Amino acid sequence: MTTPPGLTAAVFDDALREIRAAVGDEWVFTTPADTALYRDAYSLFWDEPEERLASAAVAPATVEQVQAVTRACNARGVPLYPISTGRNLGYGGSAPAYSGSVVLDLKRMDRVIEVDERNGSCIVEPGVSYFDMYRHLQSRGSRLWIDVPDPGWGSMIGNALDFGGGYTANPYRNHFEAHCGMEVVLADGEILRTGMGALPGAQTWQQYRYGFGPYLDGLFKQSTLGITTKMGFWLFPQPEAYFTASINLPRYDDLPMLVDTIGELENANIFNGMPGISSPVLFRGGKNPLDFPEIPEGAEMDRLARETGLPCWSARLTFYGPEQVIRAQWAYAKSRFPTASFTEHALVKLPLSPADMERIHKPSFGIPSLEMFAMGARSAHNPNPTDGHFWFSPIIPRTGEGFIAANRIIRQTCQRLDIPVLLFSPPVSSWWRAFILVMAIPVHKDPARNQHLRAAVKELIRVCADHGWGEYRTAPAFHDAVMDTYSYNNHIVRRVNERIKDALDPNGILSVGRYGVWPKRLREQGGRK
Amino acid sequence: MRVLTLIAALAMATPATAATERPAPRPDPAKGAAVFAKWCAPCHAPGMRHPGTAALAAKYNGQLPPELERRSDLTPDMVALYVRAGISLMAPFRKTEISDPQLADLGAYLSPRPHAKGARK
Ligand SMILES: Cc1cc2nc3c(=O)[nH]c(=O)nc-3n(C[C@H](O)[C@H](O)[C@H](O)COP(=O)(O)OP(=O)(O)OC[C@H]3O[C@@H](n4cnc5c(N)ncnc54)[C@H](O)[C@@H]3O)c2cc1C
Repeated sequence: MTTPPGLTAAVFDDALREIRAAVGDEWVFTTPADTALYRDAYSLFWDEPEERLASAAVAPATVEQVQAVTRACNARGVPLYPISTGRNLGYGGSAPAYSGSVVLDLKRMDRVIEVDERNGSCIVEPGVSYFDMYRHLQSRGSRLWIDVPDPGWGSMIGNALDFGGGYTANPYRNHFEAHCGMEVVLADGEILRTGMGALPGAQTWQQYRYGFGPYLDGLFKQSTLGITTKMGFWLFPQPEAYFTASINLPRYDDLPMLVDTIGELENANIFNGMPGISSPVLFRGGKNPLDFPEIPEGAEMDRLARETGLPCWSARLTFYGPEQVIRAQWAYAKSRFPTASFTEHALVKLPLSPADMERIHKPSFGIPSLEMFAMGARSAHNPNPTDGHFWFSPIIPRTGEGFIAANRIIRQTCQRLDIPVLLFSPPVSSWWRAFILVMAIPVHKDPARNQHLRAAVKELIRVCADHGWGEYRTAPAFHDAVMDTYSYNNHIVRRVNERIKDALDPNGILSVGRYGVWPKRLREQGGRK
Repeated sequence: MRVLTLIAALAMATPATAATERPAPRPDPAKGAAVFAKWCAPCHAPGMRHPGTAALAAKYNGQLPPELERRSDLTPDMVALYVRAGISLMAPFRKTEISDPQLADLGAYLSPRPHAKGARK
């Protein structure tokens, strides 16, 4: 067993004794074989001295146990790293951001506390996975959908707290935005309820998010300030139908107008699903749609389009709603593009038929799956599987010009720095009004390759920042590097985060180092890397 | 078969992974089937849309069935090794996900038992 840095073995033993008394011996893990299960399987530091390892792990079953563990750690300065289902692969897995932390594994807190059909909402504990919630809703014949990320084994709470996203209609696919009300255990063991949860007896916890005074929930997004033990979410009433159709435009120069107009249509609620941009001419011959090539110069792209007869661009709109309404919305959308041609994809009536179930992309219908793990896995087309990957995901301007610039510069930088890419997305609109690019970079359990990758990706982060593109989320290897780029006014964002951290968690025990926020004692020791 | 020798070697090289600290109840294949359905099937159910099945189809190239439930060469130790150590893209499963007794049930479900021949698909 390792001891957290700065603590004596005796103090740590004493903390563990108190923790065992609270949660039971069986749920305190200290042997090397057990703590190894908390390694980040896709770590960029695998087997290197900097790998972030847990000193121990604790799995409470109730909020009271979470409080007891937190108090035991707070009294002795033991770093504590909460996870919900700990499947944050590509962004850190189940490992702590700071080596030597005790991982607080909340998987056993897996109760669906409430589903309110009339209000279209639920309250869940952190251990409730998308698979769990889907089964729960199915088993009670609910008419409500969840919105799921690609991997269905994650936690509704863990994913939302790390600002994850999914695929269905607009208010739901931003998982943090779709929440309403939180319960959080603070570093001193006190319980905070946000929004209307602060008013004893209120029946509106899952109806009005904002309560009274400053909106505190944002403090717990990508945060080091608390342990979330309950969260309310708004759920999507199953629509009557699903429809997607594409708008095809012939010329390179059409992209800015295309992006602007679909933005306007989306902002006016003419469609509610996630829009997608593609390029039929660049993807001709069945190329992988998740591997957007470098966009050539305009004249070259126009020449290719003329030669092949394929459009330069297409935008795919997705609609969820009553068929009648969708048809009218699509007719209006078409009227906005006089020079376009259109491709209508199937209209799917809901609930899904078994045949449709075999064809569809499940997350677009709120159905959890793990099919996305085909990416990089061994298959008939890929004899050399990776050991995992991490995500690189900058926010770029939501304009045609912005997308083209980001695509070219990031592609060229990856090539220059020898950064391999498994997936290079088109602009993604998980978040309303924003575009992100998502790249998956393969990882191998090979320190030499990983050292190269870490240095190269830090350089890529700087190149992106020089263009005004910043990552929305990143693997722990890059938390500090990305936080460094959010530097307006001498890093005031980080400095304010640090002031809040010091006030709410003066002993600096929770989620140390996560998202580049370090407690006072480690800042003073130069612990920030 | 080279692949199998490698797996066997790995299995022996791992420290005891199954529950040894306390007297474990007899592994129950029926409970193991439920563990499989919850934790393994999303990747290892029949059909090439399941990435685990597709990966094993490519790996064994017809020498072994790609579906874990159709294998006759798996042992509880091999199952425990892969669940707790992971392989390639497959990350390990923690004890809060699949506990040691559940892992033993899963091992019993996936390893061939003479009395249960034909019981599994
Ligand atoms: C192939 C693949 C595809 C992916 N696709 C998507 C996708 O479509 N969308 C997407 O969003 N992500 C995606 N991911 C990333 C990731 O797997 C998911 O976001 C996943 O849901 C996160 O893991 P989790 O839900 O188990 O959260 P956890 O690992 O439990 O939590 C994530 C982090 O949040 C914090 N946290 C969690 N719970 C608490 C708590 N209760 N209190 C305080 N802090 C807490 C911790 O710092 C923790 O490390 C993908 C990953 C892979 C490998």
